[in-house]
Amino acid sequence: MYKIAAIGDKDSVYGFASIGLSVFPEEDAAGASRVLRHLAENGYAVIYITEQLASQLGAELQHYREQTLPAVIPIPGIRGNNGMGMKNVSKTVEQAVGSDILPD
Amino acid sequence: MSLLNVNPTRMELTKLKRKLVTARRGHKLLKDKRDELMRIFLELVRENKKLRREVEAGIREANLHMSVARSVMSDKALNVALMLPSQSMSLEISEKNVMSVIIPQFTPKLKTADAHDIYSYGFASTSGDLDFAVLSLSGIIPAMLRLAEVEKSCQLMAAEIEKTRRRVNALEHVMIPQYEDTIKYITMKLDENERSSTTRLMKIKDMMIKEVIEAKRAGEYGGV
Repeated sequence: MYKIAAIGDKDSVYGFASIGLSVFPEEDAAGASRVLRHLAENGYAVIYITEQLASQLGAELQHYREQTLPAVIPIPGIRGNNGMGMKNVSKTVEQAVGSDILPD
Repeated sequence: MSLLNVNPTRMELTKLKRKLVTARRGHKLLKDKRDELMRIFLELVRENKKLRREVEAGIREANLHMSVARSVMSDKALNVALMLPSQSMSLEISEKNVMSVIIPQFTPKLKTADAHDIYSYGFASTSGDLDFAVLSLSGIIPAMLRLAEVEKSCQLMAAEIEKTRRRVNALEHVMIPQYEDTIKYITMKLDENERSSTTRLMKIKDMMIKEVIEAKRAGEYGGV
């Protein structure tokens, strides 16, 4: 049985607790990276992380990209989104096709 | 023209011809694999973009309510309301094999039977906006899970497509031309050897005939 987690600043992730996700409030990149590693090794299959934090964890996210589990998914935080999630999708297209052939 | 470093012998030629056949067949198979992967990938990526837009809009809406709830409730009250959830969600994972890429499939499982059992607090001491925030989050969660599934699949497939594309290109532009050139080189070299040995034989024959004639002549004149 796998679990689902949400990492981000308190206000962004507390709401997820009520629908049954495990929440890990983290304000800075160092803490988030530690939590992320801990979760990945302890049976979490899906980890939602706010874009603010995700954009500071480039190398780590790259590492988990190539593994089947966990799926680390950036989501917008309470202070809005910085377009990183969409940029990630475009990056995937670029990797596969050679150039981003699917503009919005 | 690029040649492999081999001896121009008949055995090498047979070996290379066999390798060329294998390379051609591998190239065709890998090309088919790449095309099929690309087709599935493009479908998934379109869905990925659609889901992402949907999820981002949903979360934005939930966050609007959350901001209002935050502003009218104290930190402490909010903690009390949310930190002991009555619902707990876990995932069952099955694997699907798409053109030898293993992609995960998520099936959510809830702890309580009622999926609407999402309010872990009494309504008396909390703001109504918190209810809206929680409700819109619970509405968006199926899309979020699907997004996780699709986005992960896309990432895994992109890596596989990149690998396959490299292999196809290596076969098409390096291996196969190299084999072809080397086969041509060996064939030409062997033909050349054959021609040279034929010429040598003819030359020797000429020399032998000449010798015989000269011997005969010497015999004839010697008799006179």
